[in-house]
Amino acid sequence: MENEFICIVCPKGCRIKVDNEGNISGYTCLRGLNYVQEELTCPKRMLTSTVKVSNRKDTYVSVKTSSSIPKDLLLKVMEELKKASVEAPVKMHQVLLKNIFDTNVDIIATKEIK
Amino acid sequence: MNRAVDLVIIGGGSAGLSAAKSAYENGLKDILIIERSSELGGILNQCIHNGFGLHKFKEELTGPEYAYKYISFIKENNIPYLLDTLVYSISPKNKEITYSNSEEGYTTLKYKALIFAAGCNERTQGQIMTPGERPNGVFTAGLAQRYLNIDGYLVGKNVYILGSGDIGLIMARRMKLEGANVIGVSEIMPYSNGLNRNIVQCLNDFNIPLRLHNTVTKIHGKNQLEGITISDVDDDLNPIKGSEEFIKCDTLLLSIGLYPFNAMLKNSGAKVNLETKGAYVDQNLETSLDSIFSCGNVLHVHDLVDYVSLESEIAGKNAAKLVLEGRKIYDKVILTSHNENMSYLLPNEIKVYDSVENILFSFRVKKPISKAEILFKDENGNIIEKFNKVDLLPSEMVQLNVSDLPLNDINSLKVEVRAL
Ligand SMILES: Cc1cc2nc3c(=O)[nH]c(=O)nc-3n(C[C@H](O)[C@H](O)[C@H](O)COP(=O)(O)OP(=O)(O)OC[C@H]3O[C@@H](n4cnc5c(N)ncnc54)[C@H](O)[C@@H]3O)c2cc1C
Ligand code: SF4
Repeated sequence: MENEFICIVCPKGCRIKVDNEGNISGYTCLRGLNYVQEELTCPKRMLTSTVKVSNRKDTYVSVKTSSSIPKDLLLKVMEELKKASVEAPVKMHQVLLKNIFDTNVDIIATKEIK
Repeated sequence: MNRAVDLVIIGGGSAGLSAAKSAYENGLKDILIIERSSELGGILNQCIHNGFGLHKFKEELTGPEYAYKYISFIKENNIPYLLDTLVYSISPKNKEITYSNSEEGYTTLKYKALIFAAGCNERTQGQIMTPGERPNGVFTAGLAQRYLNIDGYLVGKNVYILGSGDIGLIMARRMKLEGANVIGVSEIMPYSNGLNRNIVQCLNDFNIPLRLHNTVTKIHGKNQLEGITISDVDDDLNPIKGSEEFIKCDTLLLSIGLYPFNAMLKNSGAKVNLETKGAYVDQNLETSLDSIFSCGNVLHVHDLVDYVSLESEIAGKNAAKLVLEGRKIYDKVILTSHNENMSYLLPNEIKVYDSVENILFSFRVKKPISKAEILFKDENGNIIEKFNKVDLLPSEMVQLNVSDLPLNDINSLKVEVRAL
């Protein structure tokens, strides 16, 4: 199957093609080639969301993954975040969930809740 | 009650906070920030996704983290601010504003300088005149973002998005991750208005289709949204008969643009830039009203918060200088203009002092230009400065910091963007 990627490394947005044999064409620079190679082997994404603050009325704290996680884990991690809650006070970058799904990545707060 | 400060800043979003920091660092200490909501940070508080700060801090931050950097500075230096406080009016003649909050009630405040940093509004259905009823279920993307990220409330289950601006794209991913069915995005222009990165990571990642040259032509449902009709459009952006398609959905998000929330300044008599709908300003970001400056989204809509900060630092610094050093006399005023490839240009005028520092020019192009030259010309059409740029897009505002323009020798300045 032929595959097309839009490179997102710089604003040029080159369209990079991968043919059936895995040949990669259409990139203008090596950063684009590296991007597509990673997208083909293990695409990773940052995840941001919110977690409920249990001891404050109608309050949510924004969170993110401490680094990017494999793309196919995004929805699974979301399920965990929906179940989770945290007690205020919350410090900036406080770890809320450790080593999620054994990825070595934590869920950390991106906001302070007094 | 009556009060007085050297500098009052209306709006505690990224523009107001950056301006406050810069005024403080330039020696002005008697500052008051006034914010109508219950926390500082403005729109950044609801932008929980990452991608902020790449230019300014060389790292990828979320909106709240970006705001935190500035809020920490404000708190550490004990710069005063009022929350839950609404500014009602500005009286440039008396150099006074009126505001109210539950503690002080209705208050008049005297200022020496004022920075207007009230942010922007989202365009709504009325402004694009989609025919049909006005049922529940039609939201601006930013409002839906606020409900979800601040209040924890998902506005709908089957969602369609009109407009490919970044806020709409970000919300497509966010609602999908929260379990909604995001059916698609229509964009009336032949190109997307969002960043490539958002097309890839917010739409393609989740197989959400983007229809270009397509728009919503009818809204169905009386009390609650039941569906929409979408149609392709021709080159003049008129719907093409026969291309209509009905889509069943309970939620329509509008991501169709932002405009400066400039009414208060306009009502106070400030000259308006008809192209940006924000204030008419000089290179120091001072408006046509004495000692009143404007910056951030209320001056012109920014896509990147980094550029809001850079711009607002100019307003803060010049407000501080004006208060601390008094007004300087200038030799002449040079008016600026632009060519047909640009939708606007700031500043509108340049006051020529004996020493002029760098000038920050901001503009947008009207259509994508892959290789462009930017020419600065005097009143006789002579080129006095020239830059080359690649990949200019209408959705990405351009900021150019220009030094050493021969301002003493020219009487007007025209900036032209040409495709190469
Ligand atoms: C919905 C939305 C999403 C966005 N997403 C992104 C993004 O993903 N990435 C990015 O880089 N940029 C994004 N932007 C652009 C963003 O707005 C700017 O980057 C920047 O944060 C704007 O700062 P500001 O201070 O000009 O406006 P705001 O942050 O809107 O701040 C204005 C403040 O003024 C206050 N105010 C207004 N009127 C009064 C009054 N009369 N009295 C007292 N206070 C008042 C408001 O409450 C508000 O807090 C987004 C913009 C919007 C509208
Ligand atoms: S391939 Fe290189 S030039 Fe093209 S978009 Fe990617 S980084 Fe930019």
